[in-house]
Amino acid sequence: MKQSDLLIFNSKGIYCPKAQVYIDPWRPVNKAIITHGHSDHARYGHKKYLTHHSNVPIIRHRLGDINAQGISWNEPFQVNGVRFSLHPAGHIIGSSQVKVEYKGEVWVFTGDYKTEDDGVCTPYELVKCNTMITECTFGLPAFKWKPQEIVFEEINAWWKSNKEEGKTSVLFGYTLGKAQRILKHLDPSIGKIYTHGAVENMTEVLRPQLQLPETHLITKDTSSKEIQGSMVIAPPSAHGTPWMRKMVPFETGTCSGWMAFRGARSRRATDKGFVLSDHCDWQGLLQSIKESEATRVICTHGYTDIFSKYLREIGYDSSTENTDYEGEKEDTATTETIQSA
Amino acid sequence: MKQFAQLIEKLDSTNKTNQKVAALAAYFAEANEKDKLWTMAILSHRRPPRPVNTTLLRTYAAELAEIPLWLFEESYHIVGDLAESIALVVPNDFHTSEKSLSTILDELILLKPQTDLEKKEYVQRMWMQLDYYSRFVFTKLLTGSFRIGISQKLMTKALSQVTSVPPDELAYRMMGDWSPDSTTFEELVFGRNEQAYVSKPYPFYLAYALENDLDELGDVADWVAEHKWDGIRGQVISRKGEIFVWSRGEELVTDKYPEIAELVNFLPKGTVIDGEILAFIDGQIGLFNDLQTRIGRKSVSKSILQKVSVIFKAYDLLEYNGEDIRALSYLERRAILETLVMKTNHPALHISEQMQFSSWEEVASERKLSRDKRSEGLMLKKKSASYQVGRKKGDWWKWKTDPLTIDAVLTYAMRGHGRRTNLFTDYTFGLWQPNETGEMELVTFAKAYSGLTDKEFAEVDKIIKKTTLERFGPVRSVAPTLVFELAFEGIAFSNRHKSGVAVRFPRIHRWRQDKTIEEANTLEDLKALIPK
Repeated sequence: MKQSDLLIFNSKGIYCPKAQVYIDPWRPVNKAIITHGHSDHARYGHKKYLTHHSNVPIIRHRLGDINAQGISWNEPFQVNGVRFSLHPAGHIIGSSQVKVEYKGEVWVFTGDYKTEDDGVCTPYELVKCNTMITECTFGLPAFKWKPQEIVFEEINAWWKSNKEEGKTSVLFGYTLGKAQRILKHLDPSIGKIYTHGAVENMTEVLRPQLQLPETHLITKDTSSKEIQGSMVIAPPSAHGTPWMRKMVPFETGTCSGWMAFRGARSRRATDKGFVLSDHCDWQGLLQSIKESEATRVICTHGYTDIFSKYLREIGYDSSTENTDYEGEKEDTATTETIQSA
Repeated sequence: MKQFAQLIEKLDSTNKTNQKVAALAAYFAEANEKDKLWTMAILSHRRPPRPVNTTLLRTYAAELAEIPLWLFEESYHIVGDLAESIALVVPNDFHTSEKSLSTILDELILLKPQTDLEKKEYVQRMWMQLDYYSRFVFTKLLTGSFRIGISQKLMTKALSQVTSVPPDELAYRMMGDWSPDSTTFEELVFGRNEQAYVSKPYPFYLAYALENDLDELGDVADWVAEHKWDGIRGQVISRKGEIFVWSRGEELVTDKYPEIAELVNFLPKGTVIDGEILAFIDGQIGLFNDLQTRIGRKSVSKSILQKVSVIFKAYDLLEYNGEDIRALSYLERRAILETLVMKTNHPALHISEQMQFSSWEEVASERKLSRDKRSEGLMLKKKSASYQVGRKKGDWWKWKTDPLTIDAVLTYAMRGHGRRTNLFTDYTFGLWQPNETGEMELVTFAKAYSGLTDKEFAEVDKIIKKTTLERFGPVRSVAPTLVFELAFEGIAFSNRHKSGVAVRFPRIHRWRQDKTIEEANTLEDLKALIPK
């Protein structure tokens, strides 16, 4: 990176030296623009948080009493003469891309994003720029998402058939984002929907902003019998814990982009894998880069080396930068990584 | 194809044996005769020869996906399975093919002699016309590797539900030399084709590893012990003036071992012996490593025969005078076998000595002698036991010697396969050795990829990523920081290995977090374990 660059990567995060502002920093800073509420992007300890209105209740819920200011989409604000604006990233509710402009030069940091409209969050908006800093979690040609209608048909059909066999369906998805997306598209005519505490809490925070079907929290008083045949939404970390005993007999399903790989499915020891991601697939990444008209592309997390090598081959000035955004998260089998995918 | 692909998808998506059997049974109840036969063939590893090599398949896939070949290769490294990678990257817009499994397999057989251009045209068209899972299965058939964990036991159980033929009978019928070209489903499962039976081996009776204390086996007087010889388990069949030698992998290996084939003139017709093919050098049982010079060879030269000859060490008698005697007790079968081996009096036919003990302690001390006797440990067999089908508990137990172990340093790591494709789980290990200047350096001596828990693998994976020195495609060299105790079954000198030593079945015994790399063993320590 050059010193004259509008955004640079330092030990604390993505930094705009002219404005003295960080974006999604991983060390405590004075002023942080936060793209979205997932824990690898919205961290504890900054003096001031600037983020989209919809994200404010999320990070308050997660980080407690913080100094957070809500901003609208496409509402530019100046910091030391640098113009910033937030644009929908379509990743989860309240997720933004950050556009940075100075003397006619435009940089965009995508944060995490997906191009498909998931019916829950504000859809991804194309932002033209000179330099694009993009994630590439699924930056391999092996990733190709099916339209979500098809995936949710599969999920509802799976629920139905489990119910017919007298089994409870336990579906794992990340507490923030994936869980609400699943809830939004479940067919409540099939049966009742139960939730794990972590999912219920986050959903409660988001209900004022979203239209979601009724859910029932599983408590210690919930009887095994009343759950039978229902749908249970739980974070992946609940898999294999004693909490699951109440659901017996059950079938488990996992919603994640990684489920495209047979290996990932058996590694999670899940009965059924649904390929459902809140990130771009290969074509989604390529298309948004192309349409942004950027000539320079910096890849942050995911298959960065491979993806940027390919971009160079097709004519982009492309490089990679290390960040703390869960680096090679496809490589670690920890719960957290699969959750955020 | 769709029907078969759906079966594979179902088998693939459950870990529960009952659900697997149910899925197979449902398939066998519905599929047509030819597809059923092919399914039995494929799941018992009888595949048509590979019509297209995998290098070509990769270029076809990259071309169809409109990506450079290197990008396909990178994707393959990450996905970990070639057929899966291809199924994922090629475009999948219209799924029109309604071809049956057997039609496609017939086409694949005809494809083999065709030109590269014709192959490419066919393969790419099929990829475009099949849905994701069918495409994956189709490509698996092309690449010839189809491991989805369907044991013979599982398949015969399912088939039995549909055909009402008992599983043991089915296991027997499915043994030996048949292919979908040479038989029909009807004939294989219900028929009695005498010619096909001439070479047919019996299903092997296999033992589980001893789980409990010896005392729990009851009175030692009810048991006999034998050494567990370290070669290739096999069956020698003498019927109608012909001889057949089968390996346990259901491979006909008669031509590889002319010493044993000579028995055709010595064994009475209608004889089937279960035993072990062993290397035999200078009147002494050889190491498994010695046998390896014979395993890979189709034709055997005189000099090889002189260098490493083989014998057949007889364990059991399954057929005598053309009669299936598996239901007799072990002692009864053994008595006939001993007389038979004695009368045959042929240098290639030995008997595996049967030992009786008066206490379990004596059994335990005999086991300690195993390595010196060049056996892998003991087999414990109940005197009253019949010869059963497949792996069964109760009457036979194997009690192997404790493995040899050594502490080694992790030097390279590679992404795993199958369910571990996204973790670095395949490791290369080194031992210390002084170089020309006398400095100690690590020399690679073994690779291992099993023995840790998923949690340990995840931890090691993290350290590997932090200590990576260089990347070579899927492989990383790492700064030496981790010490593991490796276990292995056998050891021998080898000039094919850089270290000069070959170890057998190396695996990770435990992670020695208590040891620094300086405390790991030297190559000298390893060589000291080689039997003299």
